[in-house]
Amino acid sequence: MTKETKHNPSILENNGLPEFERDYFCDARPEQSRPLAKYIEKFLNWARANSLWLLGFGTGCGAVELRPLMTARYDMYRYGIAPRPTPRQSSVFIIGGYASVKTTKRIIRSYEQMQQPKFVIALGSCPINGGMYWDSYNTINRIDHYIPVDVYIAGCMPRPESIIAGFDLLKKLIKEGQAEGANKYIENLDWYKANQKKIIKDWNMPDYNW
Amino acid sequence: MADILRTALYLFISVFVILNYGLLLNGLVRKIVARAHGRVGPPIWQPWLDILKTYAKRSAISHGVMFFLGPIFRLAGGLGTYLFIPAIYGSVMFANLSFSGDLLLVMYFIFFGQLGMALGAGEGGHPNSAIAVGRGLSQMTSFELPFALSVIALAIQYHSLSITEIVAAQQGGILNWTIFTNPLATFAGLFALLGMNMHSPFDIVLAPQEVPIGPPTEMQSSFLGILQTNRAIFLSAKLVLFMNLYLGGATNIFAMMLKTFMLYMLSVVVGVSFPRFRTEQSIRFFLGVPTLLGLAAVIIFML
Repeated sequence: MTKETKHNPSILENNGLPEFERDYFCDARPEQSRPLAKYIEKFLNWARANSLWLLGFGTGCGAVELRPLMTARYDMYRYGIAPRPTPRQSSVFIIGGYASVKTTKRIIRSYEQMQQPKFVIALGSCPINGGMYWDSYNTINRIDHYIPVDVYIAGCMPRPESIIAGFDLLKKLIKEGQAEGANKYIENLDWYKANQKKIIKDWNMPDYNW
Repeated sequence: MADILRTALYLFISVFVILNYGLLLNGLVRKIVARAHGRVGPPIWQPWLDILKTYAKRSAISHGVMFFLGPIFRLAGGLGTYLFIPAIYGSVMFANLSFSGDLLLVMYFIFFGQLGMALGAGEGGHPNSAIAVGRGLSQMTSFELPFALSVIALAIQYHSLSITEIVAAQQGGILNWTIFTNPLATFAGLFALLGMNMHSPFDIVLAPQEVPIGPPTEMQSSFLGILQTNRAIFLSAKLVLFMNLYLGGATNIFAMMLKTFMLYMLSVVVGVSFPRFRTEQSIRFFLGVPTLLGLAAVIIFML
């Protein structure tokens, strides 16, 4: 890399990748997305709020509380919530409990692959403040230092009812146009990246996983 | 010129109606399946919300030209299938372009979209896409056999490959329908329809929990939106085609909706009753009884 590109703010350095691999990955810096005109955006936000597709990635033990939510007893489908097997298509990422350093790396990769607008729910005490893993050598304490979080659902573990309440809050935020976590992430990308790289020692992926 | 404009307007209305009808069918079926599971289920208008949400995504990632073209080919396949079938017999507005193409063209269009999608999904580079494309193409080849035999039997029976003429020959009473005049070909065709609709036990392409969502794994935002649009159009197009071939067509929109709904219910009832086949089981199934039924239908009408 030449000196100019190093200081070019629109290009990411991808330092973690070996030299010969850098060509395979996109090094463009993501850009913030602007909302549309007021009433159109309001209408679209209403649609977004009523069609929430979860990323079906059980990141921690809290994912067991998502199962009863999907089945007949709590039936999240009636609220317009459906699981989606790929980050590309989903709009809500649930951090289901504690995030070990290894999982955090996957969380970041998956989060960055989701398309905007995207929302994050931190489920249980562990992603909020560490919970019972507060002094563990291998788990992170606050997930919102690594990706932006829209809704926190406290508890160890929260019952499906609380998760439904959390979804209701998320819907309210989306309708009000306040769930702009993706833009916040891109705006403060350097801060988030510094935090992420501080804990993930084997950073062998591009700086932004397009 | 005025003729062309009028045809274009009619086509637009026809496609708009069939798109919404397809989405309505999807919504209804989700509700019905949910009831079979003992759930409340999503609201009937959920497919509209999903499609709107997908189109309203603010960013999209492309993996190359073919990735771009995949969903477009798929939509072209769905539209092509629909536009060359008369949706309502005797209606000018819903006759579509049925005079310009025959059954073979429609069969080609059914295949075309899936091939285009296979190329597009391949460029996405996700292993699940490639696995599911392989499964999908092999299953499609196997259910195409009973379907083609059934179509050949119909062509021998009615001395025509024009869908309008096949529908015309079935008018004048319920006993003139192909399901009564040629039950073997009908059952071969309906087995093929089960495969085409990709409900359980033939849902080996999208196969949740196996290749989670199959070919569209990498498709997002408007790419997925186009696929969802196509899913609604293509579904109703197939149902309308089978209604025309086997159930005597429809002379008004309510008859069309009733008959296609009943046809779709066949897939849904089979779907909620049976677990998924493995790929080779599905292929063996189509090459067994359905193909023999189709062969028998052809032989009987040739004698």
